[in-house]
Amino acid sequence: MAQLNAFADMENLRREVDRAFEEFATQSPASRAAFLPGRGPRRYPLINLLEDKENLYIEALTPGVEPQSLSVSVMRNRLTLSGEKTRIQGDVKPEAFHRSERSSGKFVRTFDLPVEVDEGKIQAEYKSGLLIITLPKPEKAKPRQVNVKVG
Amino acid sequence: MAEKTVPQYAGEQDASEKEDTRSQEKYVTPAVDIYETLDGLVVKADLPGVTKDGLDLRVENNLLTIRGRAAHRAPGEMLYREYQLANFFRQFELSDKVDQQNISAELKHGVLTLNLPKAEEAKPRKIEVRIA
Repeated sequence: MAQLNAFADMENLRREVDRAFEEFATQSPASRAAFLPGRGPRRYPLINLLEDKENLYIEALTPGVEPQSLSVSVMRNRLTLSGEKTRIQGDVKPEAFHRSERSSGKFVRTFDLPVEVDEGKIQAEYKSGLLIITLPKPEKAKPRQVNVKVG
Repeated sequence: MAEKTVPQYAGEQDASEKEDTRSQEKYVTPAVDIYETLDGLVVKADLPGVTKDGLDLRVENNLLTIRGRAAHRAPGEMLYREYQLANFFRQFELSDKVDQQNISAELKHGVLTLNLPKAEEAKPRKIEVRIA
């Protein structure tokens, strides 16, 4: 079990490093070109990835996002999340702010899933500021019990 | 481009322990916006995963306490984690100019909106000049 966790940590580290390089690359003006769709320069929203035998689950922190603006698309094992976090409604002058920590605007984030998923059966649910996406695994990616015959 | 994307708010990534207690619970400081309107102050706080039942708002000794319990969790085993869905905790000191009896709160899509009306004596007043 301890070994498994070590592998999971390595995987997380690998993703972090990839992400750092991606972010670095998007800083330079040359790579900011519009022909690379679905590459947001920042890591938003934050996600957690979970799995059980049947499905993968993505839980994203998206408080204050208009549910109509959310879109999820999957191409093979690459998932893209986009949406818009609404600004404060009404005309509030900048000098009226005492604190402004919550951000707003459009976002897009793309990441790779560990397995290809069944694209037709993806479900997404937006509930109290969390986006929960259920991605069913295809038959071949599900764990299978193999019976051992005694000869 | 840069202005339109959402900057990272550092607070929601890592849960930390509340400093002033010795409780073992972990807390996340929610991001807030506070702005002034003619009628008072508006506080907006991002509390993803908090439902009405998990929210505890108090005003005691001019201290506003927001405490939220993040209830929902996706099932399954964690593969990759970027945030901890812990409890939210944040306190603000209120000035005397806030009408503490009439604070109202609304929770929608994980965002808490608090309306803190100004006390009558603190509202801007127009003084009529009488011409003698």
